[in-house]
Amino acid sequence: MLPSDFWGRIVFILQEYGSSFASGIWTTMIIAVISTAIGCLIGFAIGIVQTIPCDREDNPVKWGLLSVVKFILTAYVEIFRGTPMMVQAMFIYYGSAMVFDINMGMWTAAFFIVSINTGAYMAETVRGGILSIDPGQTEGAMAIGMNHFQTMINVILPQALRNIMPQIGNNLIINIKDTSVLSVIGVMELFYTTKGIAGAYYTYFEAFTITMVFYFIMTFICSRILRFMEARMDGPDNYELVQTDALVLGEGMHTYTGKDKNVSTNSDYRAHKTGNFNRDQREGM
Amino acid sequence: MGTNIIKVSHLQKFFGKNQVLRDVDFKVDEGDVTTIIGASGSGKSTLLRCINLLEKPSGGEILFHGKPITGKGFDPCGYRAKVGMCFQSFNLFNNMTVLENCMTGPVKVLKKTKEEAREKALLYLKKVGMEPYINAKPMQLSGGQKQRVAIARALAMEPEVLLFDEPTSALDPQMVGEVLSVMRQLAGEGLTMIIVTHEMAFARDVSTHVVYMADGVICEEGAPEEIFEHPKKEKTAEFLRRFSER
Ligand SMILES: Nc1ncnc2c1ncn2[C@@H]1O[C@H](COP(=O)(O)OP(=O)(O)OP(=O)(O)O)[C@@H](O)[C@H]1O
Ligand SMILES: [Mg+2]
Repeated sequence: MLPSDFWGRIVFILQEYGSSFASGIWTTMIIAVISTAIGCLIGFAIGIVQTIPCDREDNPVKWGLLSVVKFILTAYVEIFRGTPMMVQAMFIYYGSAMVFDINMGMWTAAFFIVSINTGAYMAETVRGGILSIDPGQTEGAMAIGMNHFQTMINVILPQALRNIMPQIGNNLIINIKDTSVLSVIGVMELFYTTKGIAGAYYTYFEAFTITMVFYFIMTFICSRILRFMEARMDGPDNYELVQTDALVLGEGMHTYTGKDKNVSTNSDYRAHKTGNFNRDQREGM
Repeated sequence: MGTNIIKVSHLQKFFGKNQVLRDVDFKVDEGDVTTIIGASGSGKSTLLRCINLLEKPSGGEILFHGKPITGKGFDPCGYRAKVGMCFQSFNLFNNMTVLENCMTGPVKVLKKTKEEAREKALLYLKKVGMEPYINAKPMQLSGGQKQRVAIARALAMEPEVLLFDEPTSALDPQMVGEVLSVMRQLAGEGLTMIIVTHEMAFARDVSTHVVYMADGVICEEGAPEEIFEHPKKEKTAEFLRRFSER
């Protein structure tokens, strides 16, 4: 019943195991996307802490506390960057069961390991991203009375995020591929699934050809989506001058959120938005 | 003269072993337009940055309405919200539009509602002639336009005092005028300002008080006519002469 030619076998495997592939792809993607997101949050949190300004003479208690926290964070980053994820997976999955008597469960372990790894890489990326922003931006924010946290959230991090988007994309793609190492703890992601499928009829070449293509499609689509997001973050290349009259009607524009979420009742504002829309369309043609 | 707002006494500032401010005393009353002139490296920027607590003074005292700004329990953020600053390099937030630049302080720091902040922002943007550009990003503006937005951003906080550190030094000559005329207008409206500048003609007509700094001390101060027409110190005369020669 197994076709004798290569393409025939490919079609056969796809028909027979389509749903297994689908679930493997789903597992891979969900782990990669969620863990990259959590990893970024970890990275941003660490990046903020690492760049808190503190003067030793000014506030010795705060300085001492910060130094301890920074030391722990640096140790975390170095250890997780410095060891292979496959080994960490084994270490954490079996270690947590043996030493702490915690049965993590495969999913928890998978999310945990990939997130914490991404976090270690992102921490350095975010720190670099923050340091690359002109100190004048911080001074501008301080001069209108923002504190460190407000400055970070409103001014520095949005710019740092934009600058490190390519690295976030890189991390996502690496994670899509590297979830395959989770097969060592039995996570049924795409690689592990494929191994099972290939073993059933001894069709290694065919099965992995299919999987190669799937991995490529996943990473390619993700990289395009991220490019699109970058372009969205940059906003339009040009702006439109607003007529003075439109400002007189300012009362009607109170729904403006700066993000175009709400439609304003002000006709001038709407007209101006529509103008934008038309221009985008023209550019698309 | 109005009530006293800022009083600087015996201010000193070291950068490592290098003493940049030696013993600076001066005061600013409500409605004063004080211009600080002096050679490059004399400590003018450092003085302004100390007043705004962007640098920590090494010695002496700065009083804001009689309270020491370096004292325990003094809130530097709340203080900076009342003492605005415009920089030579503008320092507009690059991730925000012109309007957002002027709204973010009032919303995040003064906790105003968006509508209120927007109204105020538009009012001040209009004052500096930048209201047609509310949707532009700083990158898309000329230097003079950026500085005018920076002034509007500072004004939107409705500060008691506005500090300017060489607001026109980074500008092409044809853009200097537009910024100075905005500042002239503000001075006319009675806004209290401290301005570090190399624009002598401007300093002369706009200020109520001129401070000449040299080597980390105030060498001479007084009304603009006194300083520019009849300087008492030879050093001041020398500095002004060199300036008019250029
Ligand atoms: N962060 C710093 N660290 C060390 N030295 C500094 C620092 N900032 C300023 N200085 C030094 O302090 C002195 C005074 O600098 P300041 O910027 O106050 O001069 P200025 O009067 O504003 O000059 P300019 O007209 O060129 O702006 C200079 O010698 C400068 O090298
Ligand atoms: Mg200076």
